[in-house]
Amino acid sequence: MTREQRIVETFVELADTMVDDFDVIEFLHRLAERCVELLDCTEAGLLLADAAGMLRVMASSSERSDALDLLQTQNDEGPCFECFHRGGPVYSANLLEELGRWPTFAPAAVERGFCSVQALPMRVRGTTVGALNLFRSEPGAMWDRDLPVAQGMADIAAVALLQERSVRESRGVVSQLQGALSSRVVIEQAKGVLAERASISLDGAFARLRGYARSNNRRLSDVAGELIDGRLEPAALADPVGSDR
Amino acid sequence: MAVDRLGVVLAAMTSVDGDAPTVVDRLCVAAVALLSLSGAGISLMAEGQLQGSAGVSEPGIAAVQELQLELGEGPGVDAWTSDAPVLEPDLAQGGTIRWPTFAGAAQEAGVRAVFAFPLQVGSIRIGVLMLYRNHSGPLGSEELALGLVLADVATQVVLAVQAGAPADIVHDLLAGEPAHWAEVHQATGMVSVQLGVPMDEAFVRLRAHAFGDGRSLRVVAREVVSRRLTLEAG
Repeated sequence: MTREQRIVETFVELADTMVDDFDVIEFLHRLAERCVELLDCTEAGLLLADAAGMLRVMASSSERSDALDLLQTQNDEGPCFECFHRGGPVYSANLLEELGRWPTFAPAAVERGFCSVQALPMRVRGTTVGALNLFRSEPGAMWDRDLPVAQGMADIAAVALLQERSVRESRGVVSQLQGALSSRVVIEQAKGVLAERASISLDGAFARLRGYARSNNRRLSDVAGELIDGRLEPAALADPVGSDR
Repeated sequence: MAVDRLGVVLAAMTSVDGDAPTVVDRLCVAAVALLSLSGAGISLMAEGQLQGSAGVSEPGIAAVQELQLELGEGPGVDAWTSDAPVLEPDLAQGGTIRWPTFAGAAQEAGVRAVFAFPLQVGSIRIGVLMLYRNHSGPLGSEELALGLVLADVATQVVLAVQAGAPADIVHDLLAGEPAHWAEVHQATGMVSVQLGVPMDEAFVRLRAHAFGDGRSLRVVAREVVSRRLTLEAG
């Protein structure tokens, strides 16, 4: 399959997923995974601003705790912080040269093996609501041919956030996004519950929650909520890969 | 450049004159000043029932706060049930159909528009922030965003007070550390299992532990998540 065919196929797949009652968190997670497959990057993450203007992690291609950690260091510095406040793309071709510009983010990114980074705005009706963050293990700027595709992915993410049924019914962009942010909090809380109940890692807990939601065609945030209120027993969430301890 | 709405809310709380009895009352007074309201109140809920008022902007609004408790209907009840803000810009119009008894009684008390915001952190749900106006009209988009931040701050204030943090430091506590770190939510889930308590109580215990040790919530949460700290019952 050519690169163009893969791009078209990904956009069609993502558009097809935005059906009634779709799971926005699972959607964004999948979108981050597709970014890594399609684009010249090794990891992708999505940050969304809350009503107070703080950037919060919505999804990551790896969903590993250290990946989420790196994303959430960008509350007052970093490419996503700049991208969100400026409303335009931000990049660094060499993170080692940004230690003064991003004293917390740059060393943390380098420590995780990243050399360059790109942030693209997620825009809704002219307003920037968050950012798509792409990490590369090689130095240098992202290929020119990748940039429009990356911006397309950021735009699809923004559309998805406003399409989810639970958010369509309330009013105002900020209050609509609040619902998605709240779903992500429920998932983090459920990861803690499951990790403690099953004596597994938080990353393992996420894998089990996601595996159960996928194989039962359920929304991840609904599964998380049921685990918290006791309607779903931890034992029901089978170990999907066998190596999450 | 985006507005620092958390800064706006915290600054409004600081500039409230000294006669608000509690920090929760002070937040309600700040809400009135920020959104040109006629009153504001915070109702606590448990198991789907309104439990009573945790704070009001001025004593006169307490009677309006009590209405939903007595009637069992109103925008606050709906905000709680639907887990989303309920905005009624004109009680004489839509409100009369949605809550016939409440709308009539509230208008008699001089209320014309009501905006209700649930107080929640993920699965932690503790109550509702009620904003009242004596004139009709919707909240503007910036006002709506401020309402959401006020609700978030109200949630954190009520939980911090429950954790035993003295009123005079609650403000600094919130200004110093936003509570929306992933590890804080993860640690809350872990503590709820360790102590066998609901999620809201787990958060309060975590907050109390951090406060007791003079450490930040995030640092304590990190220790719980990395399994270097286990909270014990009692």
